[in-house]
Amino acid sequence: MNKNLPKWVDLGLIPLLTLALAFAVSGLVVLSIGQDPIEVVTVMVNGALCNPATNSSCFSGIGHTLYFTTNFIFTGLAVAVAFHARLFNIGGEGQAGIAGVGVALVMLSYDWPHWSIALVVGTLAAMAFGAAWAAIPAYLQAKRGSHIVITTIMFNLIATAIIGYLLVGPMQAEGSLPESPSFPDAAALPTMHDMFGWFGLAFDKNAPANISFVLAIIAAVGVWVLIWKTRLGYEMRAFGHSEKAAVYAGISPLKITMIAMLLSGALSGLMAVNTVQGEAERLLLGSVEGAGFIGIAVALMGRSHPVGVVLAAFLFGILTQGGAELQFALGIPAEMITVIQALIIMFTGSLENLVRIPLEKVFIRAGKGATS
Amino acid sequence: MMDFLSNDLLQLSDSAVRNAIPLLLACLAGLYSERAGIFDIGLEGKMLVAAFAAGAFSAIAGMPVADGGWDMGAWSVWIGLGAAIIASTMFSMIHAFASITLRGNQLISGVAINFFAAGITVLIGQYWFRMGGQTPQLREGQRFEPITLPFAESLKDVPVIGEIYHQLISGHNIIVYMGFVIVALTWWVLYRTRFGLRMRAVGENPGAVDTAGISVVKLRYSALIITGILCGLAGAYLSLGTAAAGFGKDMTAGRGFIALAALIFAKWKPISAMGATLLFGMLEAIGNKYQTVDLGFIVLPGQFMQALPYILTVVILAGFVGKAIPPKAGGEPYVKER
Repeated sequence: MNKNLPKWVDLGLIPLLTLALAFAVSGLVVLSIGQDPIEVVTVMVNGALCNPATNSSCFSGIGHTLYFTTNFIFTGLAVAVAFHARLFNIGGEGQAGIAGVGVALVMLSYDWPHWSIALVVGTLAAMAFGAAWAAIPAYLQAKRGSHIVITTIMFNLIATAIIGYLLVGPMQAEGSLPESPSFPDAAALPTMHDMFGWFGLAFDKNAPANISFVLAIIAAVGVWVLIWKTRLGYEMRAFGHSEKAAVYAGISPLKITMIAMLLSGALSGLMAVNTVQGEAERLLLGSVEGAGFIGIAVALMGRSHPVGVVLAAFLFGILTQGGAELQFALGIPAEMITVIQALIIMFTGSLENLVRIPLEKVFIRAGKGATS
Repeated sequence: MMDFLSNDLLQLSDSAVRNAIPLLLACLAGLYSERAGIFDIGLEGKMLVAAFAAGAFSAIAGMPVADGGWDMGAWSVWIGLGAAIIASTMFSMIHAFASITLRGNQLISGVAINFFAAGITVLIGQYWFRMGGQTPQLREGQRFEPITLPFAESLKDVPVIGEIYHQLISGHNIIVYMGFVIVALTWWVLYRTRFGLRMRAVGENPGAVDTAGISVVKLRYSALIITGILCGLAGAYLSLGTAAAGFGKDMTAGRGFIALAALIFAKWKPISAMGATLLFGMLEAIGNKYQTVDLGFIVLPGQFMQALPYILTVVILAGFVGKAIPPKAGGEPYVKER
C-alpha cells in the first residue's frame, strides 16, 4: 500500500506490469532453449483448459487443472493469512505433509460409513495436524524471537524425515513401496465427475479434481470474512502494519502470531484433503509436490486478497497442468514451470520496486502538476 | 578398540570431512552475506547453479573439438570451477540488486533464486546434453583428483598419527584444503581487517557506517560478491570433487539449508562454522553408514540422523542452549535519511 499511488495503480497496474515482466523473461528463457514461445503458450493453454468429455484430442485438461488449483488456493490462502500479520510462513510444505499423515491416520483408524462423514473428519484432521505443525515455529517466534522463516524451513525438512520414516516403518502397507494402506472405499470423496453427474452433466471421468475444490472456495470466503469483517482480522492487519502501534492499542503479539500461524497451518493442511483423501486415497511419499512453495507465489501475485489468491491459484493450476502437456507435446522438461514460478515470485515479490519506483515518480510529478 | 579407531572411526571422520566441505563453503558464503545485513536463504539455489555450471562447462571444455567441445584437457576442471563461480556470483548479484538497490524483500528474493536455479539447471542441461537434466560423466582432467600429501605413503604404517595423516588428512582434493584455508582467511578478514570491521558494522548498524562516510551499498555488494564466489566453490565441489563426477538434477539436496542451519548453529562465527559443519557432516556420515543407530537403551532410525541438524538448529534458535542472536540489521533494507 502506498499513499503516493492511486488504488487502481497499486492493486491493478503494478501486479499486471510485474506479471508481464515475469512472462516476458519466461519467454526469453523459452527462446534460449530453442523453443517458440507462442507454440509453448498455445500447447499449455489448450492442454490445461480442454475438456476430455467433449474433445477427443484432449487427455487430461481442466479436471487436472482444477485439482492443482485446489491445492494452490489452500496454500496461497495460508501464506496470505500469515502475510497479513507480517509473518512469512514458508512452512506450507511441511504443514501440508504432516496434515497428510493426520488424514491418513483417521481414515485408516475407522471404517467410515459415508463420504460426507469422512470429509468432515478428514477436514478436521488435516486442519488440526497442519496447525499443530505450525504451532511450534509460531510459539518460538512469539515467545523466544526465533526467526519464523528459518524455523519453518527447518520444520519442512524435519517433516520430510518424519514422513519418510513413517512410510517405510509404522504406517507402511504390505509390500516394499513407501506408502500407507489404501483408505476404505466408502470414505472416497466424490470427484468432479460424480458431482457433475448429480446434475446430469458430463465431466472427465479420470480427472482427480474433487469436492475439495468446493472446500477451497469456502475457505477463500472464510478468509475474506475473517480478514476484513471481524475484529480478529482487523487486529491481525493492525499488527501487520505496525507491531508497536498494535501493542500500544492492547493487541497481544503472542495471541496474533499464534492465531495467524495456526490458521495458516490449518489452511496449508487442508490441501491434504484434496491430495491424500480425494486423489491418492492413501499416503504417498512427496504428496505435497512443492504446492506449499507455490503458495508463496500465489499469495504474492494475489496480493494476499482471497479473490486474487483464487485467480492466481487458477493461473498456477494452468501452468502446472500445461507444464505437464509441454513435456508430452514438445519434450520441454516440466521444470519450465519452476522457472516461471520463480520469475513470478521474483518480479511480483522482490523486484517489485523495479516497476513501483518509476511509477511513483511519474505520479508524484503528475500530482504536483495538478496542485500547482 | 584399536580396530574401531583405525577402521570405523577414521572412515567416518573421513566421510564427515567430505560431507562437511560443501556445507562449510556455503555456510561461510552465508556468513559474509548475513554479517553484512542481507538475509540469504538462496544459498541452495546458488550452489545448485554453480554445481550445474561446473559440471556442464568442465564437460564441454574436456570434449574433443569434433564433438563440439574445446579439447582443453587438464584445464577443463578449472574452466568448470570458473564457470561455477561466475554463475553463482551472477545469482548473488540478482539478490544484491533486489535487496540492496531495489530494497525488496530479501527472503522472497532468496526463495525465487532457489526455484529459478532448480528449474533453469534442468532446462538448460536438457537442451545442451539431452540426458534428462544430467551432465555427461566427467573423466580425468575434468574433475578434481585426490591429492596425496608429502610422506603420506611412507608414514602410513606409523600407528595412530600415521594412519590419521594418511587416511584422514591426506588424499582429499584441492577444494577440501581450500575450504579450511578459507575458514582461517574469513576469521582474519572479519576480525583483523578494516573491511571486516566495516562489514560487521554494516550488519548491525548501517546508519552509523553511513554517518562515518562509508558507502553501505558498496560494502553490501562486496560482501555478496564474496558470497557468490564461495557458493560457487561449494557447488563446484559437488559436481567436480565428489564421486558423482557430474551434475545431477537437484544435486544439492537441501545442503544450502543445512548450511544455513549450521550458520545459525555457529552463531555467525567462522571457526564455529567449521565445527558446526563438521558435526553435521559427521551426522550425515553416520546416517549413511548405518540404517539404524543402537544406543543401547534406544534404537534411532536413520531418518533421525537426517533430521538431527534441523532439530538442533531449532533448539539453538529457540535459545534453550545458548541464544543465537543474528546481526541486528539483517533483512532490513537500508534507507538513507533525507
